[in-house]
Amino acid sequence: MNEPMKSDLVVQTRGLTKRYGDRTAVDAVSMTVRRGEVYGFLGPNGAGKTTTLRMLLGLVRPTSGTATVLGRSAGDQQVTERVGSLIEGPGFFPYLSGRDNLLVMARYRGLPTSVVDDALVRVDLGGRGDDRFKGYSLGMKQRLGVAAALMGDPELIVLDEPTNGLDPAGMQDMRALVVSLARGGQTVVLSSHLLAEVQEICDRVGVIDDGRLLRESTVAELRGETSLRVRAVQVDRALAVSMRVAGDDGVHVDGDAVLLDLPATAAPDLTRALVADGIDVLEVSAVERSLEEVFFEMTTTQEVA
Amino acid sequence: MNTTIESVARTTRGELLRMRTWPAVWVTVGAWIALALMFGYLFGYLSYKTGDSSFATEGQTKQALLAELMPASIPDVLVQGTPMFGGALMMVLGAIVAGNGFGWGTWKTLFTQGPSRTSTVVGSLVALTVFVVVTVAATLVLYAGVSSLIAVTESRDVVWPAIGDLSRGVGGATLVLEMWALAGFALGTIARGPALSVGLGLVWALVIENLLRGVGELLGPVEALTKIMPGTAAGSLVNSLLSMPTDTPGVVDALSGQRALVTVAVYTIALPLIAVVLVRRRDIS
Repeated sequence: MNEPMKSDLVVQTRGLTKRYGDRTAVDAVSMTVRRGEVYGFLGPNGAGKTTTLRMLLGLVRPTSGTATVLGRSAGDQQVTERVGSLIEGPGFFPYLSGRDNLLVMARYRGLPTSVVDDALVRVDLGGRGDDRFKGYSLGMKQRLGVAAALMGDPELIVLDEPTNGLDPAGMQDMRALVVSLARGGQTVVLSSHLLAEVQEICDRVGVIDDGRLLRESTVAELRGETSLRVRAVQVDRALAVSMRVAGDDGVHVDGDAVLLDLPATAAPDLTRALVADGIDVLEVSAVERSLEEVFFEMTTTQEVA
Repeated sequence: MNTTIESVARTTRGELLRMRTWPAVWVTVGAWIALALMFGYLFGYLSYKTGDSSFATEGQTKQALLAELMPASIPDVLVQGTPMFGGALMMVLGAIVAGNGFGWGTWKTLFTQGPSRTSTVVGSLVALTVFVVVTVAATLVLYAGVSSLIAVTESRDVVWPAIGDLSRGVGGATLVLEMWALAGFALGTIARGPALSVGLGLVWALVIENLLRGVGELLGPVEALTKIMPGTAAGSLVNSLLSMPTDTPGVVDALSGQRALVTVAVYTIALPLIAVVLVRRRDIS
């Protein structure tokens, strides 16, 4: 029973740490990525996302801790050829066309020439493949980087801020592409500072700030239970009833509204209690916390602590 | 073992593709061929025709001048240009091949494709060596064409050099150019960029070694130092291959042919090792 569980982990790090002099860029990060999921690596700029991903790819050696990718030590040749990646901006030869750049990478990977055109089409660069890389817009460069990561259908695809520099339509296409990769059975690890993006496409999320992995869970778990929001003409009396229903600690005042830590299914009982008390109810609604709220809550509490 | 050879074959193919489509590579190779033709044949032929003695031909009789332009002298002409002009240009080639990839982020991309860093650097060095060999071959073909044309124009018999002389000349020229190309590659790797490595490399090859050789005539320890330097070794190796003395810049007689050959060979082995060790140890950011 243990064996299949183990092979289902595409990435596993234990206490992964990277120090540059006095500065700890990545501090004891232990993360796990499961096969076939889209894992979102979420954190503000400079939180340590890229350094962690570099260690997963063997570009940077950890100061301490271990990173296991596809069952082997990160950076092992037999691992790198099964991983596609785009790390901190696309690195290509400016004088070569997009197609020739991919052709160089295909030769390195020992792949047939045909994969190049397929990859270009998948990122919508089919018509611009013969233009020189240096003439590409930021968004096109980014898409070429993703194309290189897709070639040869690697088991794991690591994308560092894949929607950087893309316009809204390009971002939407990129998200759709990532989701389709996961549907096809490939595992995707992507980093982002865009919460909406992670919320939309990721199965699980690792939240990193100041080099530390603060939390790792599904998006739904992270957002937690929904809460109920009540607005009434008699705010004080509504607050009193709410405290009776949800307990003293389960109630917060948010402007002229009262928030209760109760699931949406508690709405009928709450409404009955309010009405029975003669309160003029203006609104009872279920509120879902956005990832953004959770995120800021998490990163600011860290700062205070 | 087989997988290593296969990885190097892959990286070499990739590197050959990106180098042969790179205009900067052809500009460098083209500059060498243009200079080689000018200093090897054009100026010599012009002074032979006009009777003026120029910078390149000072103090030679007309007959000696013509002899140098004949096919039989190809080995001499081929090696003479390598210690300084050719070496400097090949160093530029090596430095841009290694150095530009750091700024462009292409080493980062290539190191994540599968082949190990060692395979990648070795593939890059093999591709660089192919360009050095192609440069020597192209120069040889051009020299053969130009010198036989001069011989025919001047109604002389076309006498080709002995095969032994020719192979020594081609071997010496290739080795000297390769050493400088590898020096450029090592410098580009150390400096992680083309600008500093090209600048420092050229100042070293064109200025500092010459100055040190001058100082060495007065100071023993400096002279000992100059004897293990790459430029001195290359210049001495070329000198030992020439059939007649020359005052071509960069050609020196500081070392015996054998000692010079050993020194150049040591550099040719040590420089790529430095590059490989550095690339393996470093974090790529």
